Amino acid sequence: MFIILALVISSIKALCIPSYRSTDFEVHRNWLAITHSLPVNKWYYEDTSEWTLDYPPFFAWFEWVLSKVAYYIDPAMLQLENLNYASNATVVFQRCSVIFTDLLLVYAVKECCLCRKFFGVDSKRQPPEQSLLKDAGFVVAVLLLGNFGLFLVDHIHFQYNGFLFGVLMLSVARILQGRILESAFWFSVLLNLKHIYIYMAPAYFIFLLKHYCFTQFKNGRVVYSSIQPMRLLQLGLVVAFVFAASFGPFLAMGQLNQVLMRLFPFRRGLCHAYWAPNFWALYNFADKLAALAGTKLQFLDSSVLSKSSMTAGLVQEYSHTVLPSVTPAVTFACTVLSILPSLIHLWIQPSNERTFLRCLVSCAFGSFIFGWHVHEKAILLIIIPLSLLAVGSRADAKVFLLLAFIGHYSLFPLIFTQAETMIKVFMFLFYAMFANASLSTLHKMNPRWCGMPLLNVWELIYIMGIFPLDIYCSLGHRALGLMERLPFVPLMLTSVYCAVGICYAWLRFYKISLSNTTVKIHDE
Amino acid sequence: MNNYLMGAFLFLAMSVRMLVSLGSYSGEGKEPMFGDYEAQRHWMEITYNLPAEDWYRNSSKNDLMYWGLDYPPLTAYHSLICGYVANWINPDWVKLNESRGFESYEHKLFMRYTVLVADILIYIPAVVVFCNTCLHSLDKLQQVSVAAVMLLYPGVILIDYGHFQYNCVSLGFTLWAVISLSAGYDLIGSMMFCFALNYKQMELYHAMPFFCYLLGGCCFDKKENRFLKLVKLGFVVLLTFAVCWAPFLTNKDSMLQVLSRLFPFSRGLYEDKVANVWCALSVIVKMKQMFSLDTLLKMSSASTLLCLLPSSVNLFLSPSAQRLKYALVNSSLVFFLLSFQVHEKTILVASLPVLLLLPEKPSAVVWFLQLSTFSMYPLLAKDGLVLQYVATMVLFSTTAYAMFFSEYSAAKGQNVWSQTSSRNKVCSFIFWMSCLGTGILNVAAHQMEPPKNLPDLFPVLLAAFSCMHFIIFCIYFHFLQFKLPMAKSDLRATKQRKKIN
Repeated sequence: MFIILALVISSIKALCIPSYRSTDFEVHRNWLAITHSLPVNKWYYEDTSEWTLDYPPFFAWFEWVLSKVAYYIDPAMLQLENLNYASNATVVFQRCSVIFTDLLLVYAVKECCLCRKFFGVDSKRQPPEQSLLKDAGFVVAVLLLGNFGLFLVDHIHFQYNGFLFGVLMLSVARILQGRILESAFWFSVLLNLKHIYIYMAPAYFIFLLKHYCFTQFKNGRVVYSSIQPMRLLQLGLVVAFVFAASFGPFLAMGQLNQVLMRLFPFRRGLCHAYWAPNFWALYNFADKLAALAGTKLQFLDSSVLSKSSMTAGLVQEYSHTVLPSVTPAVTFACTVLSILPSLIHLWIQPSNERTFLRCLVSCAFGSFIFGWHVHEKAILLIIIPLSLLAVGSRADAKVFLLLAFIGHYSLFPLIFTQAETMIKVFMFLFYAMFANASLSTLHKMNPRWCGMPLLNVWELIYIMGIFPLDIYCSLGHRALGLMERLPFVPLMLTSVYCAVGICYAWLRFYKISLSNTTVKIHDE
Repeated sequence: MNNYLMGAFLFLAMSVRMLVSLGSYSGEGKEPMFGDYEAQRHWMEITYNLPAEDWYRNSSKNDLMYWGLDYPPLTAYHSLICGYVANWINPDWVKLNESRGFESYEHKLFMRYTVLVADILIYIPAVVVFCNTCLHSLDKLQQVSVAAVMLLYPGVILIDYGHFQYNCVSLGFTLWAVISLSAGYDLIGSMMFCFALNYKQMELYHAMPFFCYLLGGCCFDKKENRFLKLVKLGFVVLLTFAVCWAPFLTNKDSMLQVLSRLFPFSRGLYEDKVANVWCALSVIVKMKQMFSLDTLLKMSSASTLLCLLPSSVNLFLSPSAQRLKYALVNSSLVFFLLSFQVHEKTILVASLPVLLLLPEKPSAVVWFLQLSTFSMYPLLAKDGLVLQYVATMVLFSTTAYAMFFSEYSAAKGQNVWSQTSSRNKVCSFIFWMSCLGTGILNVAAHQMEPPKNLPDLFPVLLAAFSCMHFIIFCIYFHFLQFKLPMAKSDLRATKQRKKIN
């Protein structure tokens, strides 16, 4: 089954080879050139191109391996001076490298699906289902492998998220299989491939500590006397080993500071050019409304408004006019506060793999909603692990379906070229409809008039709001002739509209993950 | 939930179509003649700027040597509508004579969207309705999976969205005709087929079965007044034709002018390397040199008619919806193999009725469909669509495999290969050998330099290889048609009556 799925999905991805690609394509080409033509000690100093290497060392090594293959395809792409080089061979090679490395995700998902118990399937009792849609393994495989966000970000926009999520899923699969040390190993590797996953580290830390280093529990709390020092040591050694392999050489060369500076550029602003649909988008929006109202009612000088506020959304820096400005420290505190309850819950309540995954998703949620300079692509950190949960329980499925609409819709501004517009719309609808059909069938929901039994009426109305919103943003705004005066409005509307839904989904999800003290595998 | 699943697959099929449309089209950037894309754009220009009677006539404003209109009036009207829209968006796209060879990012997008709109309006709903109404024996989920496989057939997608044509329109109308006839609405059915015929004259390949089916229905119908039914049918057909041809009926000249444009016999026995009998024979016997054009025309017409007879007579004697589908396959295959002036793309006309047999004979049908796409490889390679060809072929084959032959197959019990009789083993062996052959030929045609004295080696090999398959398929489908039980014709009439009531 996985071979078929991999073939089907890879062939669709292959069709994207001629499509639009963002500057990330050039970023990765440049990294190929850097790792190929420079010695290791210059990797993090090189700045011929503006797209300097800002991923952790393992990813650089990953690019280094790719560059060895690239050499045989078209050596010209490996020259540092060849900025914006995109010959046919280069495009095909880079696109294919994404498609091939995605196979790791296929393998990881297969490993996850083998843990049938986790999805509420008793492998002994049930033969393979007659209908594919009733087979949890199949549904989760399609939801993960055919994920719309990954498709958009990796195969049109261009990035290697499929591969990275492959490592994450592999680590999750090892936890489901009870192979804890391997899981810790893969997660450390992942951290050294892309540091954004550090937001998930707290959940890993708590779970590994609790379930690997302690053996006795009382009402879900660890019995401190049952600590296993050897296991703790093993775990620590595995993690330390991976980090040493990654950062060790740079530490030895005394470049650690430089590497870290490249990895964590705090010069960037609170929000990305396009506001990620999180709490700060709402905050900015409120500020803007307040400023507008203030000038209308003549509390504020109108020069304030014209100076900063009206260009926001297009420029990086955004200074608030009415509400207090936000510093990185504040966002950090908010993030920590937002994930703390779920971490404590994981520590003191009875827990299993499901609570761990919920905590993982909570961490991703918290960092997405309150993080500093969050990119809209980070929504995938929530959606991908949530897919695993959605198949096993109805409550999670409801949140997942909501996010499958809203979260994925919020990625729309990423692809703005006309030729790809219909592709993104059709793929989006395909994924959303498939998620709806399969999850409703799987959780045996009775179809209602609207055919979306997993959502309640308000959610449904909210979801349907996407369609007029999108029509307005892509056509209506231009037709009204407002594009010249208010160019940022479509993006702002999209981001604020989605932010409402995502914050709502977060609250709902938090309720589920905290209330479920007695964890049922399958809540019928 | 099945509606949502069907919706999901529809959107998947549409995204695949749009993804293919990112690729190049026939004649992209190839001056001075360009290709089918430019032909369609040129027709928009001609129909938009000139009065109807000048569309098919050579004049100072309309140079017929440069992609002159050679499709029936419905195509011209379609071009006219598109021409209006094009003019509304950007008048440069259809400016008379000045817009020749116009190419731009937006224009390509516009052209691609015109195909998508036609597809969404005609072909895709026809497939969905066909699966919902004509496949009673399957459950809902199976219907959805059959529709999914049908919609992913690479031939139509590649030619319409890659190469650039509007096959979805004529094929869609034919499909609507089949649907109407199987539901017992003979009048609507014949009207639909007239539309198809007036969109593309290639639909003549399907004309004989429709004619025999309707005539047989009239002759052996005991319940209704046979004569009245015949008159009604004749009236509907004539009326439809009259409406479609209205602007050209003013004088005999313009009518004949259109007809001479539609059937250009002077072009020769076959064009390029097509997988039909004449081209395959040319490897051994050089027919083109041996006989005059006139003799060739007579030979091909006579052989076509002769081979057409068995399936047609069989259908006439016992008209049923089931038999109609087989007769459509047989008639179009015979035409493709034997008739005059056949083009590679015309295999799509045969593929459509084959698609309809998917639930009954999945293995043979999937095999045929793969092969039909393969037979168009030289054309697609010339258009720079190799990537799209490979990707859609893999997509289609794996989807079909998953739906029909895997352990999960939705259409259970159809799996012929799971039965381990020796006959099936042989069939499966031949199938894999054939796949191997296509694979080798594909790779060879793509990678290897042909020897200097035989520049057309690979296209000819490809054509001969496909032709051999098509002949065997033709015999096989004839066999299947004759194997169908001869139904009592009044049985069908009562069935129909039940449905109508």
